[in-house]
Amino acid sequence: MLVRARMLRQAGVLGLNERNAEFISRLNPRRWFPRVDDKVLTKELAIAAGMAVPELYGIISNQGEVRGFGDIVGDRESFVIKPAQGSGGDGILVVTGRSQRRRDTYRLSSGVRISAAEIAHHISNIVSGQYSLSGNPDKALIEYCVRFGPVFADVSYQGVPDIRIIVYRGYPTMAMVRLPTRASDGKANLHQGAVGAGVDMSLGETLTGVLGNDVVDEHPDTGVLISGLQIPQWDFILGTAARGFEVTGLGYLGVDLVIDRDLGPMILEMNARPGLNIQIANCAGLTDRLARIDEIYNEDDKPAYRAQIARREFPAARQASMLFSA
Amino acid sequence: MKQQYVFGLAAMLAVIGLSVFAYKWQVLGFPVSKGQETPVWTIESSISFDSGPGSIKVNLHIPTLIPGFRMLNENSVSRGYGFSLNYGTGGREAQWAIRRANGPQKIYYRISVFQDSMRDQSDTTPPFPPPPVINEPFKTAVEVIVADVKEHSADTTSFTSELLRLMNDPSPDPNVELLRSDVNSNTNFVETVTMILAAARIPARLVRGFKLEGRQRNADLVTWLEVHDGDNWRYFNPATGNETLPDNFLIWWRGNEPLIDIVGGNNVQVNFAVQENYLDAVAIAESQAAKRGVSLIDVSLYSLPIQTQAVYSVLLMIPIGALVMVALRTFVGIDAFGTFMPVLIALAFRETKLFWGVVLFTMLVTLGLSIRFLLDRLRLLLVPRLSAVLIVVVMLMLAISLVSHRLGLETGLSVALFPMVIIAMTIERMSVVWEERGAAEAMRAAWGSLVVAMVAYVFMDMSWLEHLIFTFPELLLVVLALVVIAGRYTGYRLLELRRFRALVDN
Repeated sequence: MLVRARMLRQAGVLGLNERNAEFISRLNPRRWFPRVDDKVLTKELAIAAGMAVPELYGIISNQGEVRGFGDIVGDRESFVIKPAQGSGGDGILVVTGRSQRRRDTYRLSSGVRISAAEIAHHISNIVSGQYSLSGNPDKALIEYCVRFGPVFADVSYQGVPDIRIIVYRGYPTMAMVRLPTRASDGKANLHQGAVGAGVDMSLGETLTGVLGNDVVDEHPDTGVLISGLQIPQWDFILGTAARGFEVTGLGYLGVDLVIDRDLGPMILEMNARPGLNIQIANCAGLTDRLARIDEIYNEDDKPAYRAQIARREFPAARQASMLFSA
Repeated sequence: MKQQYVFGLAAMLAVIGLSVFAYKWQVLGFPVSKGQETPVWTIESSISFDSGPGSIKVNLHIPTLIPGFRMLNENSVSRGYGFSLNYGTGGREAQWAIRRANGPQKIYYRISVFQDSMRDQSDTTPPFPPPPVINEPFKTAVEVIVADVKEHSADTTSFTSELLRLMNDPSPDPNVELLRSDVNSNTNFVETVTMILAAARIPARLVRGFKLEGRQRNADLVTWLEVHDGDNWRYFNPATGNETLPDNFLIWWRGNEPLIDIVGGNNVQVNFAVQENYLDAVAIAESQAAKRGVSLIDVSLYSLPIQTQAVYSVLLMIPIGALVMVALRTFVGIDAFGTFMPVLIALAFRETKLFWGVVLFTMLVTLGLSIRFLLDRLRLLLVPRLSAVLIVVVMLMLAISLVSHRLGLETGLSVALFPMVIIAMTIERMSVVWEERGAAEAMRAAWGSLVVAMVAYVFMDMSWLEHLIFTFPELLLVVLALVVIAGRYTGYRLLELRRFRALVDN
């Protein structure tokens, strides 16, 4: 047991206690938490900073407005409903289509049909705070449903794959692609059953993945190899993530981006308590990278430069060893 | 720097808590284990006499230095008499005085003592006694015996033992026989021995008291011998010469003086009655503390009304449960519903006991959960739905109680002690997790909650721990210190070792 702990320490694996005590409580001031915990605010800040975000169709902030959701949706075929203060992807409803004849019947990303009344009930649950972090009344966001590009089409089961990047003091540090599975019901959250694939920071290319706590190299539903996929516009994505620091003021931040087929990379949400499974996905510990950033930290570095530093400093370990062996 | 601040604070809390604890335990004598009862002896000396025509003055020797015991309290019952405590040559004396009295009189002096083997009282070192004035033929006999005993001894102790052995010899030599010829009582015998010791320039004195055991209506005074060896007073059994003081021997007074001295009365009789009681050690410690004027005790929980005490004896275990909770979450990493839910469940387990607690809890949650899923179809708003679940939980508890009562299972009745609001919230939270993350996740967290509750219960049910915290609430500062330190633990959680195993295995 102690041996295992020492080995983890040597591998530079960051534990939950250390993440909470050393990084989140030190670098993430409480007063900035609403900037990421309230998705409406996140969206506003991101737009103000000139970043691309999924278009917001409307906000439902009290029970009286729940019925008006049909007006917000209008004639749109697809949209996403999410709680403004949800955590861990709970309470997100992805609507990808609707019946041509009966316009009040919708289809979820999982293929399940759902009536307008059921959606209204779901929104009402969101508004009463069932999914909010604090249990307080919440708001429901209805926004553009991202149509993801072809890159990850073969390694996603329904839903939208997204890219999670840990940004430490403004420097992108580690990244993974989160691929929805049948088990995750189209959602991209690892603890709901999505696959996380590590990303080589210098190349923007996927490595092997993690499912639960285990390393996997192919998608559990499609059986397609996860590794070796090139993420498009990697420079731009890293730069956007780096700017998340300026937007939120949080020193230990998780930035979630999606790549839309037509609109390119956009910020989906940001997280003040990003999970640690990203380490398993990358087969690498965070501690060394965080320490390296502390060494080279320069307050005046611009986001684009910080993204370059990330590419320079954090190539995938296996890539490096392959170079040496070759 | 922050780290040092935290550890400094924790150390300070722990030191304060532990030093108050140590003071109460070691100095004030609060018991660390439960149900400690200390035997308390009450010795009542009743003095009866016929009053004379004039004023009356009664002097009674009373205990002064009582090795092996500690005085709890003393009092005198004497109608119309003036009462005072004085120091005489033989120690403390109680004095009663009255201008005029008629007929037979009876006055009482009562003292309560309890055992305290740690107690060793210092006594004064006496001067060497002057050589006694002895007439012939005793003078020669004493000189011969002293010379003889000196020959066969090395120091004061062995001298005394040897002397007593000689004096008790069943076939005595003529000198001893001569000295013993006048002896008509045990007291008289010891007086003779002290006289011989004085001739050898060894300070010695009579000790009189009783062996305290059970209930005695008329306790006999026993005479013992006390000899000073230059550093300490030593006790000798005058009949055997062994250096010992019997167990539970209470020294009433020392010296040659008579027990009682009365002026203006006659036919005086003193009777000692001994009564043994068992008093809670806590009560004794408190009265000791009160005697010293320690204000700390005024804030003791024992000063609260009994019912409030009962409430606090339970409430004070919650920090212990919280500590267990902290350990299991921070060091082990077990997932549980709600931060303190398992602690409150553990509190209920205290009444139901573990097996029935787990059975009832599982039953309640399972039934509640299935009804919650039925309610889901009604599409109620959150707060009404939560209230509905709460009402269902209350009704389920009622049903379980009624059914188990019918079946003759009285333990089922204690289901009423479960925190229903907490259980309703748990059911709601569990159903959300069930829907959002699947049954496996929900069961895992529910199982985690139950495990934490069970472990917390094991600690919260330790009666010695409960007694310790209740008697020494300052130990909660130590608990606080531990929790503060745990709050700065940045190492891995036990379950993380498993979670991240993929990172070290290759």
